[in-house]
Amino acid sequence: MAQHSLGEFEELVLLMVAALHDEAYGVSILSGLEKELGKSLNISAVHVALKRMEEKDFVKSRFGGITEDRGGRRKKYYVITALGKRVLDEQFALRSNIYNRIPKISFG
Amino acid sequence: MKTTPPKRPLQFLRWFCREDYLEEIEGDLMEVFVSEVEDSPSKAKWKFSWSVLKYFRPGFIRSFSNSNQFSPMGMYKSYFKIGWRNLLREKGNSFLNIIGLATGMTVAMLIGLWVVDELSFNRYFKNYDRIAQVTKAGNYEGKYYMGQKYLPFPLIEELKNTYGQNFKHIVPISGPEGFDAVLSTEDKMLTRKGMYIGEGAPEMFSWKMKYGSWNGLDEIQGIMISESTSQAFFGESDPVGRAMKVNNHTDVKVTGVFEDFPKNTAFYGMMFFEPWNFYLKYASYITRQGWENNFLMAYVEIAPNVTMQEAGDAIKSAEKKATQNLDFRKQDGSEGSDVLLLPMADWHLYSDFRDGELQKGPIQLVRFIAAIGVFVLLLACINFMNLSTARSERRAKEVGIRKTMGSFRSHLIGQFFSESFLVVILSFLLALIAVYGVLPSFNQMAGKEIVLPLENKWFWLSCLSFTFLTGLLAGSYPALYLSSFKPISVLKGTFRAGRYATLPRKTLVVLQFVVSVGLISCTAAIYHQLMYVKDRPVGYSREGLIAVRKKSEEFNTKALALREELKRTGMVTEVAESGGDVTATWSHNGGFNWEGKDPNFEAYFATLNVSPEFGKTVGWEFVDGRDFMAEMASDSSGIVLNEAAVKYMNLKDPVGKSIRWTNRSWNVDQDFVVLGVIKDMLMNSPFEPVKPAVYITYGYERVLLMRITPGISTAEALPKIEKVFTQLIPDIPFDYRFVDQEYNSKFSTEDRIGKLAGVFAVLAVVISCLGLFGLASFMAERRTKEIGIRKVLGASVLNMWRLLSQEFVLLVLLASLIAMPLAYLVLEEGLQKYEYRTEISWWIIVLAGGIALCVTLLTVSFQAIKAALIDPVKSLKSE
Repeated sequence: MAQHSLGEFEELVLLMVAALHDEAYGVSILSGLEKELGKSLNISAVHVALKRMEEKDFVKSRFGGITEDRGGRRKKYYVITALGKRVLDEQFALRSNIYNRIPKISFG
Repeated sequence: MKTTPPKRPLQFLRWFCREDYLEEIEGDLMEVFVSEVEDSPSKAKWKFSWSVLKYFRPGFIRSFSNSNQFSPMGMYKSYFKIGWRNLLREKGNSFLNIIGLATGMTVAMLIGLWVVDELSFNRYFKNYDRIAQVTKAGNYEGKYYMGQKYLPFPLIEELKNTYGQNFKHIVPISGPEGFDAVLSTEDKMLTRKGMYIGEGAPEMFSWKMKYGSWNGLDEIQGIMISESTSQAFFGESDPVGRAMKVNNHTDVKVTGVFEDFPKNTAFYGMMFFEPWNFYLKYASYITRQGWENNFLMAYVEIAPNVTMQEAGDAIKSAEKKATQNLDFRKQDGSEGSDVLLLPMADWHLYSDFRDGELQKGPIQLVRFIAAIGVFVLLLACINFMNLSTARSERRAKEVGIRKTMGSFRSHLIGQFFSESFLVVILSFLLALIAVYGVLPSFNQMAGKEIVLPLENKWFWLSCLSFTFLTGLLAGSYPALYLSSFKPISVLKGTFRAGRYATLPRKTLVVLQFVVSVGLISCTAAIYHQLMYVKDRPVGYSREGLIAVRKKSEEFNTKALALREELKRTGMVTEVAESGGDVTATWSHNGGFNWEGKDPNFEAYFATLNVSPEFGKTVGWEFVDGRDFMAEMASDSSGIVLNEAAVKYMNLKDPVGKSIRWTNRSWNVDQDFVVLGVIKDMLMNSPFEPVKPAVYITYGYERVLLMRITPGISTAEALPKIEKVFTQLIPDIPFDYRFVDQEYNSKFSTEDRIGKLAGVFAVLAVVISCLGLFGLASFMAERRTKEIGIRKVLGASVLNMWRLLSQEFVLLVLLASLIAMPLAYLVLEEGLQKYEYRTEISWWIIVLAGGIALCVTLLTVSFQAIKAALIDPVKSLKSE
C-alpha cells in the first residue's frame, strides 16, 4: 500500500511517539531517539518525519500549554492514530515473519 | 547569563516558514537551544542556524502566491470572484444580460463577416491591385455617360498594338456571364458554363493550378477545366492531354485544371475556359467588326513599372485618336469615347452603371446592413448598461462600505469593469458558438459561402478588440456612475437616486426603441415594396412556360420537326422561337425612323426577334391591331410595338403605319408595318419601367419556348418533352428553364435584403424587450412595498398594472414619435433607387410603432401583473 509506506526513520519516530504516549512532542521525541540510538540528531529531521506522518494520518497532533523555556511558545503533542498503530503492527509482523524464516544455522 | 538564539536565522525562519508550523518549530528549536547553550553557546548558535536552514524545504515553505502584496493579481482574482458571485446571486438578471448581449454580438459578428465578404470580393486574385476592366465613357446629348463595358474589337487590337507597354496582359473575354456548353468525353456528357478568354488570363488572375500550367490557353485547341469538372469527368486522375468535345463538334484537349473559383470572385461558376484565339478563328466575323460595334469586354493587368493612374491616362484618348480620320467619324461628326480603367477593387460595389451614372445601390446596401449590425450591438450594450445601473441602488451600500474600508475609486471602477468584462466574455463565447451554429443557414439566406475564419489572426484580433470595446462601452456607465457614490450619504440611508438619476436610463430606452421602430419600419417597407413589385402585371403568362436555349445549329435545322413532334405529344399547346429570353433584353438598337420623328431624336428600342407563334405561346395581350400570322407571308415585314414604345415614339393610331429600320450590324434596311400594339411585357428588372420594345419576325434562332398544356402537371409533361428532344437531337442534353423561376430570380437580391432585415429587426426588438423585461422586473421589485400599501388602501390590480406600465408605454410612445419622421426620411431616400415603387404610406410606420408598443405592453404587463397580484400581507411583512 503506497500511502501506508513508512520510511526507516519515520518508523523510529512513530515508535517513539507511541512509546512516549501523550508526552510526545518535538524535543522529547528527539531526546528519546538520541538516547536509544546513541547519536545526535537534528530536530528538523524529526519535524519532517512528523509532518509527513501527519499527512499520512499515522499521527495526530494538538497544542499543549505554554512553558517557560520555550520563550512562550506552545508545545505540539503527537499521538499515534489507529492507522499508525496498524501500520506499525504490520511492519513488525512482516519483519518477524521473515526473521523467523531464517534457518537455524550457526553463524559462528 | 541568558543567551538568546541568533536573530537573523530566526527572522529568516519566520519569513519563510508556514504559519501553522512556525510556533511548534520555533518552540522546539528554542528548547533544544536552551538545553545546549550551557555547554557551548557558539556551538548551540551554529546548530540553531543549521537547523533553520534545514527547514528551508518544500513542505515547510509557505505559499507566497496569495500574499505577495506587490502584485495586483490577487486583486484581479477577487474582482472576478466577486463578479462571478454577483452573477450567480441574480441569475435571472444575469441571464437576460448575457443572452441579450450574446444575441447582439452574434448579429454583429454575422454582419461583420458579411461586410468583410462583400468588401473582399475578388481578393482571391493575387494581382488584385493591378487588374482593371477597360470601359468607355463619352458625351451624348450634353451628358457624360460612364461605365460602358462593351468595347469594339478594333479598340482591343489598338490597345495591344499601340499601348502595349502600359500593360502586362490584355485579356478579352466573350461575355461576363459566360455561356453554357455541352462538354463530353467518350462516355460522359455534361452541360457546363464557361467562356473564351485571352491567353494571359491564368497568370493575370493567378489561377491555382491542380494540373497543367498557366500556359494552358496557348494551345489553340486547348481547354482548361475546373477541378470539379475534372472530377466529374476523370475522377481523381490527372486529365491533362485527354480529349474532350465541346458541343459535340469541336475537338479539344485538356491543358490544365484550376481550383474552382470561390463565390466572392468575378469568375464564380466558370467551369471551363477556351482560348481567345480559338474564338477568333471559329467566329471569324469578330475580326471584321468595326469601331461602331461594341460587344466585347476586356480586362488588363498594368505593367509593373506603371501605376493605374498612368495607364489610365495613357489610353484615355485611344479611341478618339485611332478613329479621328476614319470615314464614319467624318460622316456623322461624332468624336468617339474616352477609354477608362475600372480597377478591380471597384468591380463588385462600384460598377453598377445605369444611364451612364454610377449606381450607389450596392455600397448603400453594405452600409445599410453594417448600420443594422452596429445598431443591434448598440441595443445590446444599452440593455447591459440599463440593467447594471438599475441595480446600482441595491449595490450602493456595498460601494459605501467598500469606500469606508479604504477602497479607492479606481478599485471600484476596476471591480465594475471586471464584472462587465466577465459578462461580455461569457456572451462572446456564447456568441461564437451561436455564429458557428447559424452560419450555414445564414449563408443560405444571404447567398454566401462564408466560413468562420478561425485561423485568421485578424478575425481574432477584431473579435478581441470588439469584445474589449463592448466591455468598455457596456461597463463604463455603471463603473463610473456607481463608483462616484458618496459613502456617507449612502450609508446614512439618505441616498436617493433622485428625479434625474433615471434620466440617462430613460434616454437609453428611448434610443433603443427609436432604433427598433426604425428597423421594423424599414423591414415593413421593404416587404411592402417587394409585394407591390411581385404583383406587378407582366403582360404575359409565366405559368408552364419553358425555355430551351438552342445550343447547336441542329435546333434550327430541325425546328419544324421539333415543333410538330412536341405538339403531337399533347403536352404542349404551342411552341415558338425567339432571339432572346423572355425575362431579359438581349439587344438594344437604334436606327429607327418614322414619319413625324424629330430628326435629332436618336431612338433606341429593345429588340426581340420572334417567330409568328411567339405571341400565342407566351400569351401577350393586344390593345390594338393583331398578332403575327404564320400564313401571311407579308408579316415578315411586320412589327409589333409595346405601349411604352408607342408613347416613346409619340405615335397616334400606330397600327398600319410604317417604320424604317436601318442597321448595319443586323444587315437590315427596310420598312416595317406596325401590325399591333401589345400591353407592356415586362422583360427586364421588375423594379424598372418597361423599356420601349419592338418585336419582329427576323432571325429568331436562340431560344425555343413552349407552353405546357394547362391542366397537365410538369412532372407528367417533362419526360415526354424530353423524349422528343433526345430522339431528334441526341447529341445535346435536354436542358430547360422555367420562365416563372427565371422571373422570380430577379427578386433574389430584394428577397434576401428583406429576409435579412426582417430577421435583424425581430432580433433588435427581442433584445430591446429583454432589456425592458429586466427593467420592469427591477421596478416591480423595488416598489413591492408601495404596491402592498396601495393594495391595502384599496387599489385594484388594474390600477397597479397601469401604474407600473405607464412609464414604459410613455417612453415607447416618445420613441415612436421620434422614429417615425426619421424612418420616413430614410425610406424615401432608400426607395428612390427603384423606379417602379410604392408610396411610403404613413400606416407602415404607424404600424411599426404599434408593433413596438404592443410588444412593450406584453413584456411589461407580465411583470406588472405579477407584482400586482402579490399578497400585500407577504410583501409588507418581509424586511
